[in-house]
Amino acid sequence: MRLSELKKGASAVVREVEDAHAADPIARRLRELGFVSGEPVRVVASGPIGGDPLLVQIGYTRFALRRAEAERVLLMAEDAA
Amino acid sequence: MNATAATLRIALVGNPNSGKTALFNRLTGSQQKVANYAGVTVERKEGRFVAPSGRVMQLLDLPGAYSLDAASPDEAITRDICEGRYPGEAVPDLIVCVADATNLRLHLRFVLEVKRLGRPLVLALNMMDAARKRGIRIDVGALEKALGIPVVETVAVQRGGAAALIERLDASVAPGPASVSAPVDSGAAATEANLHEQVRSMLAAAVTMPRATSAIDDAVDRVVLHPVGGLAILAVVMFLIFQAVFTWAAPVQDVITNGVTDLGVWVGGLLQSMPLLHSLVTDGLFAGLGTVLAFLPQILILFLFILMLEESGYLPRAAFLLDRMMFAAGLTGRSFIPLLSSFACAIPGIMATRSIQDPRDRLTTILVAPLMTCSARLPVYTLLIAAFIPRRTVLGLFNLQGVVLFVLYFAGVVSALAVAWVIKRMRSDKSEHALLMELPSYRLPNPRDVAIGLWERAKIFLRRVTGIILSLTVLLWFLSSFPAPPEGATQPAIDYSFAGVIGHWMTHVFAPIGFNWQICVALIPGLAAREVAVASLATVYAMSAADDAATAQLGATIASQWSLATALSLLAWYVFAPQCMSTLAVIRRETNSWRNVWISAGYLFGLAYLASLLTYQIARALT
Repeated sequence: MRLSELKKGASAVVREVEDAHAADPIARRLRELGFVSGEPVRVVASGPIGGDPLLVQIGYTRFALRRAEAERVLLMAEDAA
Repeated sequence: MNATAATLRIALVGNPNSGKTALFNRLTGSQQKVANYAGVTVERKEGRFVAPSGRVMQLLDLPGAYSLDAASPDEAITRDICEGRYPGEAVPDLIVCVADATNLRLHLRFVLEVKRLGRPLVLALNMMDAARKRGIRIDVGALEKALGIPVVETVAVQRGGAAALIERLDASVAPGPASVSAPVDSGAAATEANLHEQVRSMLAAAVTMPRATSAIDDAVDRVVLHPVGGLAILAVVMFLIFQAVFTWAAPVQDVITNGVTDLGVWVGGLLQSMPLLHSLVTDGLFAGLGTVLAFLPQILILFLFILMLEESGYLPRAAFLLDRMMFAAGLTGRSFIPLLSSFACAIPGIMATRSIQDPRDRLTTILVAPLMTCSARLPVYTLLIAAFIPRRTVLGLFNLQGVVLFVLYFAGVVSALAVAWVIKRMRSDKSEHALLMELPSYRLPNPRDVAIGLWERAKIFLRRVTGIILSLTVLLWFLSSFPAPPEGATQPAIDYSFAGVIGHWMTHVFAPIGFNWQICVALIPGLAAREVAVASLATVYAMSAADDAATAQLGATIASQWSLATALSLLAWYVFAPQCMSTLAVIRRETNSWRNVWISAGYLFGLAYLASLLTYQIARALT
């Protein structure tokens, strides 16, 4: 499952961030911001139009991610979390 | 000479939203110098203070960064200066890394990254007041041990809140001739996961968090980010700001305009014996100064609100709500506030684009900002609509004059979105623009930080922009005053001047869009600012435009002499034409490039001509 598919209010655990293409700067930045394996995430809110962007809680911080950005974040299967 | 007498060069680094600039303000007070780094538009802030021991501390406030693996020009500068390889900047003797004590999971990672540079480093745990309020307990001793660097607590927004840091800095011995030590490269071991693993173990050892987020933030965000309620709140906030801009600014603008005019008359009186100098001073310098300074109240009031929205943490929330809509047009949620501000005046709008991180999004926003209908267009619109559009009700509900005004505003917005969309298509760099925006904790804006920010904006406007505008005003005065009319001249003086000659020549180009020579002549001094066109039209039609009666008289004159097609064409012209030197000067200052000024002026004139041509030809065919 991907972060972009996580429902509003739902929590999960990050498995990894996938590069959308070689040397993907957005994927690199996501990892720097704390999207690394084992980190819990939660979708707190979503934008008024088309549910985009997503407001994601990671660590003690909230980030707004567009759906295309959240698609890069792979989540652990629910039973593993 | 002993070591304590030497100046200590300190660089402040930290994540965005760490309160770094507030700490910089706390340490240096008004002793600040703000400029740009050479060749780029990243702001360089330097300040100094004297420590209790008498040692001078020289501080550089580096741009906020999430990582030294730079993703923007700002972050590249922070990285290069920390690594001591930015040309023209000395290597800092000491780096102070500022971290938000309530957000250590994110900020400690950056501290570890800076630590790997191997430079002398102190960690300032900022916002300790907020941390205590939330029941966050930090074992500073344990953190110092785990990090291997000195750690001090600070509260940047409190008087004396930086005392521990100052004491610490004062005690540090300036190293000898600064040597750039090679960064301690731990190679493959220092992977991203590894850094995060270290942060996790440090937090486990030294920090107790009762709750991952602030309960207040959660409660406020539930309302402010609500899909319906959030948009309603945003609309109310923006409405109140506009009300304030127009109700508060107007009286101050009158005072400034009258004051400058009176001063001009008084100074002119002293120069009575030298008519040429008299004309230069009153018609050139003081008229130009009055035009420029009249913008100042609006600009400052808008900036006051923008700064408060920024400081409080609301600005990124507004961007969150509107990102989807703006993204569709090739912009970002962060473009919204600058563009909305441009409805009052494009100058603060363009200056406010600094909060847009992606340089491509920022440039697009700057290029389309002049298409928002600013308040200076209103006098022109009012004159033409009153003179040509009948006051009659259409569809049984709407006033036709109001409908035309609405169409003019709407045309500006639609064309801005269209231009942004075209720029997105034309760009060769098609890589994805990131949003990745942090929504920081809500904070009460600190009056001192807002005041310092406001003062900086005012200085930039007055110092950088006024020079360009004044020289162009004097040039326009020269064109409109020379050569003097011959003996026994029957036409207004401007008709015999260079401006008149150019105006007559311009009719060749402007005849297809229906402009007569009077309009063409008025457009030249009207380059100074849009509303000046009303006064210069009055000059061309040989009447004094000092009062409302003259404006009404002007309306009657043009109503009898122009065709409806010409009037509509001129309205279309003013939707697009960059008839405002201040805006062009600000684009120069904010993008650090004349090229962008030419691009923006060029495409706006092109659009203006095209729109007027279509309007004139269609209107003529129909009437």
